Amino acid sequence: MNYNWNWGIFFQISPDGVHTYLQTLLLGTGWTLATAIAAWCIALAMGSLVGVVRTTPFPWLVRLGDAYVELFRNIPLLVQMFLWYFVLPELVPVEIGDWLKQLPDASFYTAVVALGFYTSARVAEQVRAGILSLARGQGLAALALGLTLPQAYVYVLLPMAYRIILPPLTSEFLNIIKNSAVALTIGLMELTARARAMQEFSFQVFEAFTAATVIYIVINIAVTFGMRFIERRAAVPGFIGSAPQAVTH
Amino acid sequence: MITINEVSKWYGATQVLNRCSTAVDKGEVVVVCGPSGSGKSTLIKCVNGLEPFQQGTITVDGISVGDRKTDLPKLRARIGMVFQHFELFPHLTVMRNLELAQIKVLGRSKRESAERGMLLLGRVGLREHAQKYPGELSGGQQQRVAIARALAMDPIAMLFDEPTSALDPEMINEVLDVMVALAKDGMTMMVVTHEMGFARKVARRIVFMDRGEIVEDAPAAEFFGKPRSERAQVFLSKILQH
Amino acid sequence: MFSNFDFDVIARSLSYLFYDGMTFTLTLTVLATIGGIVFGTLLALMRLSAFAPISLAAAGYVNLMRSVPLVLMIFWFYFLVPYIGQWITGAPRPIEVGAFVSSLVTFTLFEAAYFCEIMRAGIQSIPRGQIAAAQALGMTYPQTMGYIVLPQAFRNMVPVLLTQTIVLFQDTSLVYVLSITDFLGAASKVAQRDGRLVEMYLFAALVYFVISLAASRGVRRLQARTAIIR
Repeated sequence: MNYNWNWGIFFQISPDGVHTYLQTLLLGTGWTLATAIAAWCIALAMGSLVGVVRTTPFPWLVRLGDAYVELFRNIPLLVQMFLWYFVLPELVPVEIGDWLKQLPDASFYTAVVALGFYTSARVAEQVRAGILSLARGQGLAALALGLTLPQAYVYVLLPMAYRIILPPLTSEFLNIIKNSAVALTIGLMELTARARAMQEFSFQVFEAFTAATVIYIVINIAVTFGMRFIERRAAVPGFIGSAPQAVTH
Repeated sequence: MITINEVSKWYGATQVLNRCSTAVDKGEVVVVCGPSGSGKSTLIKCVNGLEPFQQGTITVDGISVGDRKTDLPKLRARIGMVFQHFELFPHLTVMRNLELAQIKVLGRSKRESAERGMLLLGRVGLREHAQKYPGELSGGQQQRVAIARALAMDPIAMLFDEPTSALDPEMINEVLDVMVALAKDGMTMMVVTHEMGFARKVARRIVFMDRGEIVEDAPAAEFFGKPRSERAQVFLSKILQH
Repeated sequence: MFSNFDFDVIARSLSYLFYDGMTFTLTLTVLATIGGIVFGTLLALMRLSAFAPISLAAAGYVNLMRSVPLVLMIFWFYFLVPYIGQWITGAPRPIEVGAFVSSLVTFTLFEAAYFCEIMRAGIQSIPRGQIAAAQALGMTYPQTMGYIVLPQAFRNMVPVLLTQTIVLFQDTSLVYVLSITDFLGAASKVAQRDGRLVEMYLFAALVYFVISLAASRGVRRLQARTAIIR
């Protein structure tokens, strides 16, 4: 195989003159995590709202929620990012459009918004499934006690629903971290972008991509363990995930 | 035909079978009964190697089931088994269920398998249902097809694992009738069941199990007339209530 | 608001968009799906094997593919496939593979990990009694898998497999990072050449939306009609 391995490349200074390649990769990792976490906040907030809305007894609200989900699920993430980055500034009044285009770190904000809304549709599906998997009696019991509908959701339905959907939510969070790489197409210098840049400047293709791969794997493991810890702390005694366990003999 | 000798089995640290020994002679019908968890289903599944066991020996027609060198698929083809939940293959028609193993395991031709299948369907009274899917049949009908499927392999012995326990009461008799006819034809049968009426009619011997052990192994008349062990007496009195 | 947009550019470039771009996208989707399901089923069987080295190797592969962004994998295989080709054929230099082959390898191997998990769930959902019944009739492991387990597992999983295919269809847009002319790539090239980003990207979004929506509606209808009655 005529490829010159050079694992020492990580400690050489990158073209920016200040950081070693390893440091640029770590900077990229920082941007990846920042993007993921910020987008996750949007995804959780919007996703929960839409998910809840789709379980209410108001048909027009449900249909609105369904349309929201269909919109963000049927367009590829990359195309959505392009719409936010290239198309939105042209569709809004000129002053706002210009301000958007001049924004420093525009690619970061765009990536966060695009990723956030894209993922919110998937979170909405999970939240809806979680609420629907609860016994019907739960909501009815809450209302029978005199709680209003919003109170029933906040104090009775959502606390159990979130525990039920912790595993798929963890999956979605891991997806957000991976999907942040798509933002390299709009100029976000996250981890994959840095690895690509390192490959382009140093020609040490496999060292660069191996490092990126290892970092993603480490993040993955860390998140998985973290979520398992949270799952255990949040578990309700006598319930495994969702349904109460019947006593068998 | 079937000999079970000092068989013990553990699931991890839990012992589920404890030095079980019994036998079924050619043409004999032996009923295995006992309370839930007594190990009777486990024992019968050891006979055709569906469950492994750690100690003891089981031989069928002289072939040792536990021996590593035994060709298990070949042995299983000669023993028929009927399951509590029928286990017909839902994606195949009744006819295909009957033919599949004949063709793929015994190497029979399609025509031969179809003929044998139809013959046996007739024997269990379900000829008109040959092209239906299992999902379209009642529980009793499915179980009768399952019996036909096992018989299609021309087995030397038949094992029944609680064949009527999953059936609604009105369908139990149609299946038991088939089993009685089979017994009268001289088939060697080992049947795990709660149906004592059936046992009284055709069983030569009753094997009573409790907590993984064979507590009593007696000719039917003796067992029903005067069971020797106290546990068997208690069990019988509970079961014969209704 | 829409006055200074020229939506005519879409009409003018339709043949390029669809004949060049969409055919690449659809061909890649179909071939990668088939390859992915075949390899994925194999991986699923390996994961369910009682033989530890095989099941660990398969699990390791699947977990690796699922931990890493697809974009990174696209880059990986773009550079790796020529070297593998050189190693397989013993050539003196890395083999030149086209954009299509590189993408096909990437998507097949990447999506196989996801298809594997789907098939594994499908296989595990088949009641153990079915396997017991097949074994009781004297069928060997290959016969049991081939005639009883896999046909049922596959049929049960068709809706999920098709949904994953729709995901694959959308994922193909990522070949953009290699400047490949798939549907999005074609739209992008027209957009940049004619300076018509808004029109082209809106159109691309619309086309992806319509196809994906129609496909997922179709899957839902199929699901209702073909459930195996147990």
